[in-house]
Amino acid sequence: MKRTLLVMGAASLVLVSVAAQQQQQSQPAGQPPLQPQQPTEISTTISSDQAGLPPRFAVPDFIGLAAEGAASSAKPDAEVADAARTIGRVLWDDLNFEREFALIPRDVYATVPAAKSVTDVPFDRWRELNADGVIVGTVRKTATGVRVEVRLFNVRSQQMAFGREYSGSIANARLYAHTISDDIHQQQRALRGVARTKLTFNSDRDGERLGGTVENRGVKEIYIADYDGENQRRVTTQRSLNITSTWSPDARSIAYTSYRRGPPQIFVSNIYQGTLEEPTKNGAGQNWLPAWSPDGTRLAFASTRDGNSEIYVMDRDGSNLRRLTNNPAIDVSPTWSPSGTQIAFNSDRTGTPQIWIMGADGLQQRQLTHEPYADRPTWSAAPFNEIAYTARTGPGNDIKILELATGAVRQLTFGEGSNESPAFAPNGRHLAFMSTRAGKAQIFTVARDGKDLRQVTKTGNNYQPDWSK
Amino acid sequence: MRSRVMSGAAMALLLSVMAAGCGEKKPPVARPLPPPPPPTPSAAATARPPSPPQPVAEPTVVPPEPIRDNAIASASLDELNRSSPLKPAFFEYDSSELTTEAQQVLNGNAGVLRKFSSWTVTIEGHCDERGTAEYNLALGERRAVTTRAYLISLGIAADRLRTVSYGKEFPFEPGHEESAYSKNRRAHFVVTAK
Repeated sequence: MKRTLLVMGAASLVLVSVAAQQQQQSQPAGQPPLQPQQPTEISTTISSDQAGLPPRFAVPDFIGLAAEGAASSAKPDAEVADAARTIGRVLWDDLNFEREFALIPRDVYATVPAAKSVTDVPFDRWRELNADGVIVGTVRKTATGVRVEVRLFNVRSQQMAFGREYSGSIANARLYAHTISDDIHQQQRALRGVARTKLTFNSDRDGERLGGTVENRGVKEIYIADYDGENQRRVTTQRSLNITSTWSPDARSIAYTSYRRGPPQIFVSNIYQGTLEEPTKNGAGQNWLPAWSPDGTRLAFASTRDGNSEIYVMDRDGSNLRRLTNNPAIDVSPTWSPSGTQIAFNSDRTGTPQIWIMGADGLQQRQLTHEPYADRPTWSAAPFNEIAYTARTGPGNDIKILELATGAVRQLTFGEGSNESPAFAPNGRHLAFMSTRAGKAQIFTVARDGKDLRQVTKTGNNYQPDWSK
Repeated sequence: MRSRVMSGAAMALLLSVMAAGCGEKKPPVARPLPPPPPPTPSAAATARPPSPPQPVAEPTVVPPEPIRDNAIASASLDELNRSSPLKPAFFEYDSSELTTEAQQVLNGNAGVLRKFSSWTVTIEGHCDERGTAEYNLALGERRAVTTRAYLISLGIAADRLRTVSYGKEFPFEPGHEESAYSKNRRAHFVVTAK
C-alpha cells in the first residue's frame, strides 16, 4: 500500500511540492481501520440491497476541522474549509466517472445535517435517501501541511468499509480527491481508476503565429491536462507545429512530432525534468506519429527516410532502428498491443486506408478493417481486446471499435461533427477523442459504450488526445 | 509658342555644346541668353544625350501573372513567396497523381526554376480536411514527392528540391466545402534560398 502511494507521489511531482513529497514518504500512507471492527466482519465491500444495481453512495463535502493543537471549538480557516469543499465535490465527480457506484445527487444533501466529526454521522437520514454507503472525510491543518482522513461507511451496518489517511501539501486539493477515488475503486471494486491520469493533446489556443514564414500560419503546441480537463498546462513553447503527442507508460515523458527543425522529427520531452531528447535527430525524411511500447523502452513511428512512409521501431534514444513494413503504399499510425507483441497500423495498400495488424517483428501482416476509409488505430488495455479507430461514415468521420476476438465492430459516435483520433483510458473503460460537434475542434471523453460524453477542452482548437497509462 | 520651341531647341543645342566643351575653361556664349522656361520632364529626358533605349518588356515564362524579372531578382524571400512565380499544383480527392492541369503548372514552374537556377525550393504537400490528420501527413508527403519527381524528370536538379508534408495542418481556405477543399489539396512551393 505504501509503495502504491509512493508511485503516485512520484507521478504527481508537478502537482505536489517537494516538501509534500517528503511528507508523504515519511509518514505511513495508509492507516489500519480507525474504528474497532467485529471479528465476524468478513466483507468490507458495500453492495446494493437490490441485486444487479450498483450501490448508492453519498459523498457530502468534507468536514474542515480546526488546526491541530487549537481549541476544539475553534473554526477551521478559510483555506481548509475551501479544500474540504473541493475534495468532496471532486471525489463525487471522480467516483461518478466509472459508474461503479450510483452517486446520490449533491443537491439533496442539504436536507441532511452536516456532520461535525466522524462520530456524529446521521446514518438514519442517509438511509432515508436510500444510500448504501456514505463517505465522511475530514481535513485538518498540521504543522507541515494538511491531513485528510476518509472513511466509507456501510449505511445499514454503520460499519466502516474503507478508512485511510492522507497527508501532504494543501496546494492541490483535487489530487487528494483523485487519489481517494482511485483507492476506493481499487478497494471496493478491484478496479484501476483513472482519476490521477492525464491527457495530452495539441492546441492552437494561444493564437500565436509562425515567425518569419511566407504564410501567416498558426502554431500548435503540446498541452497536458488532468483526465477531467482541469489543470491544463502548455508543454512546448517553440512557436512551431507540434502534434501527435503520446504519454510514455510511466507518464513522465511525452513523445511528439515537431516541425521546429523544418521537416517533422520525433521529440521526447521529459516533462518533470525539463529535458528534451531527439531520437530521430540524424534521420532523413519525415518522421512522425511516435507510439511507445508498453514497457516504455521503444518507440514505433512512421518515417519516409527510405522514400515512402513505412513503420519503424527504435529504442527511445534512437538506436536499434528497425524497419517493419516494406511496401510502396502508405503505412502510418502505429499502435502497440498491451503485451507489446503486436502492432496495429494504417495502410492503404488495398487502395484505401485500412487498419492492419502485424507482429512487433513486422511479420504476419493482415488486414483488419474493410471500411471506406479507416485510420488512427488505438489498442485498449486488458481485459478488453479492442482496437478503436477513425472511420469515414459520411461527410465526416466517426469513432468505431473493433473487438479482436470476434471481429465485431460497433460505432461510438454518430455523425455529430467529425470525430477523430480515439485514445483509450488505461483501464479501457473510456476513450478520449477529437470532435467538431461543438463548432471548433475539441477534446471529449466518452465511456466505451458511448454514454457519458464530456467535453474536456473549450479554448481554441484542440486535437489528437492521448491518455496517460 | 514659336519662341518657346525655338528656345527649347536653343537650349538643347546649348547643352550639347556645354557637354562637348566640358574640358574647356569658359563656355563662350552661355551667359547673355535669357533663362529658358522651366524644363518639363520630357524636355529634360530628351535633353540628355545619348538617351538610352526604353527597356522593352520581355515576355515572361509564366503566363498568368507576369512578374518583372528585376522585381523577382530584388525581392526578399518573404516578398517572393507572398506573390510567388511558382504556382501551386492541385490534386484530386485522396490522390497524389498529377492531373494534366497540374503538369502544365509544373511545366511553368520548371521554366522559372531553370531561369533562376540558384533557387532552392521546398515543396509542401497539403491535404483537405476530410481525411484524418494522421493519414494526411503521409498523403501530403506523397503529393510533395510526386511533384518533386516530375520536376526532376523535367531536368531540375534534385538537390534544389526539398519536400515537407503538413497534412491538413495549414489549410489555405478555411471553408468546409469542395471549393475550399480543392484549394487545400495542393503541392505548394516555397523558395528557401536564392
